[in-house]
Order: sequence, then C-alpha cells, then structure tokens
Amino acid sequence: MNREDNIREFKRGFKNGIPIALGYLAVSFALGILAAESGMSATQAGVTSFLVLASAGQYAGFTLVGAGGTYLAMAGVIFVANMRYMLMSTSLSQRLYPEMPFFHRLFMAWGITDEIFGVSISSPGRINPRFTYGAMAIAIPGWTVGTILGVIVGNVLPQDLVTALSIGLYGMFIAIIIPPAKKNKVVLGLVIISMLASWVFSRMPGLGNLSEGNRTIILTIIIAGIAAFLFPVHEIDTTSGRADQEEAPSQNGGAS
Amino acid sequence: MSGNVWIYVLIMFGVSYAIRVLPLTLIRKEIKNRTLRSFLYYVPYVTLAVMTFPAIMDATATPAAGLIALAAGVFLAWIGRSMFEVAIVAVVLVYVLERFLF
Repeated sequence: MNREDNIREFKRGFKNGIPIALGYLAVSFALGILAAESGMSATQAGVTSFLVLASAGQYAGFTLVGAGGTYLAMAGVIFVANMRYMLMSTSLSQRLYPEMPFFHRLFMAWGITDEIFGVSISSPGRINPRFTYGAMAIAIPGWTVGTILGVIVGNVLPQDLVTALSIGLYGMFIAIIIPPAKKNKVVLGLVIISMLASWVFSRMPGLGNLSEGNRTIILTIIIAGIAAFLFPVHEIDTTSGRADQEEAPSQNGGAS
Repeated sequence: MSGNVWIYVLIMFGVSYAIRVLPLTLIRKEIKNRTLRSFLYYVPYVTLAVMTFPAIMDATATPAAGLIALAAGVFLAWIGRSMFEVAIVAVVLVYVLERFLF
C-alpha cells in the first residue's frame, strides 16, 4: 500500500459511495420525521445518525425514545436490531491486512452498514481501509443531512406526504430481506412466520400491550433461536448473504 | 418521553459501536459454534420482518395502502430491483393511493 494506491482507493470508494448517499438521503429523511415525532431535536437526531448509522436500529431507537422506554430496553432493542453487523464485522475481519495498524479497525467498525459493508467486500482480495473511508466520506454525510432535513422540513410538509415518505423505511427493510428470502427457502419461511407472528402478537389482548421494541426482541430470539436449532446453517457466505442448509440435523446442536 | 434524550443517544451509539467493533478487533478466526452462527445469520431477517409487518399497515392512514405498498415492495425486491427503487416506489404508491383513491 503506497500513497498513490491509498488515494486511488479512497477515490474509488467515494465514487461507490455516491449512490449509497443518495439512497441514504431519502431514507434518513423518513427517520428524521420519526425522530421529530418522538420529540427529538434536529441536533439530537443528526448526532444520532452520524454516530449510529443504522436504519432499523435507529427506527427502533427513535420509536423507543418517543414511547419513553427504559435505558435497558434501548440497549436491548439496539442490540437486537443491529446484531447482523456482528456477522458483517466478523466477515470483514477476515478480509483485512493482518499487519494493518490497529486504529483502522476502530474507524472501519463505525462504517459497517449494509451498504458500505456491501461495497467494501465487493472487490476481491484484501480491503484497503481507504476504500471504505472513501465510501464513508460521502455516505455518512448523506445519512446525517437527510435525518436533519427530515426533522426540520418534515414538520412543514403536508401530513399525507410525511406518511408516504415514512413508508420508505419499510421499503428499505423489504429490499434487505427479500433477495436472501428468494435464494433461501428457510429465510423465506422465517420472513413469513415472523410477519404473521408479529401481527398476531400486536393484535392479541395482553400481548398487544407489549412495546414494539420488546415485541421485536422477544420474537427475534424465539424465531431465530428455533430456526438455528432446526435449520443449522452449513456454510455462511456473508459476502453474498447466501447460506446452504444441510438436509440432516448436525451432530453439534442440531435438533432431532 | 421519560428518559434523557442524550443518554438514549449515547446508549444507541455505545451498543451499536460495540457490536461492530468487537468482532472486528477481537475475532480473527471464524465463529465455530454452528448454532450461534446460524442464529446470527437468521436474526436480521426475523428482526426486519417483525418490524415491517404489521407496522407498515399502521403507518398509513388506510391499512390497505400499506398492504399494497408491502406487496409492491416485495415484488420489486423479488425481481432484483435496488433498495432505492423499492423505497421510492413504496413512497409514491402510498402517496398516490391515500391522496386519490382511499
């Protein structure tokens, strides 16, 4: 890694980050609207977006701020909503130069989102951290500015437009879960079961009183836990998001 | 709102950063426990599915508009459209449906 390489990699990352930033602008705008509805200021929401960089996590977090959840519930909700970054981080750790200075790991960790991880891992071989930094340099401002605009302008937009824009987040969630569900029947089954269970939970007397965050934690642990025992993943390729199941239960931890 | 907002922000950052930084700095080898790996693999899909439905119907003035947006989003994502396209189509669809049809 010489100096020219580093500059070229940064530029390449930046270029890859532009479409990410445009998508982030639209989606984080809806998050800003939600933050405002939860009683957060533009500064608070902007700082959160800048630091947290998590669509589903911030959605759950902002909702919990609005509902006045406990700090423990907040930690739990953020943990569950962002657990997938653990896998991505693990996968990314295998692709770094072992001799790379340690501080790069600290900076790269901040930028692990579905999209930045996706472009970082898309080029073969070891990852030059400057590539990831290039993507972060444009994507993170996009995410932050969109959120702030959502808080400020979201209030003056007509209600039907605000409602429509907030649907963008669900569109994003759908775009994350559907492609793997198409490739993997277990994931497809889990998506359907999860939606049905969530619907039943929210409409049932008693259980319906659970906050959205708690419902998410409980259902995720139950459904993903059962699935892990019944359908242990044979080979995980976090790069492409594909997994293959073995037909027979495994010896270590497979349910029979 | 009952807690201090900045403490909420700090917790959101602390937990999300820990999740990202710990594997990257601590785990140099792949996780061996297969059940744990499988659990981690399934978590995001279950979480996002639970968060999407029925919330998408509750977010719109008419539940049917949310349901149609969900169906359209699933279709577009299924045929391989990008996240940006899926999000925009869902937004436009809900806007048009709620303004002109429902």
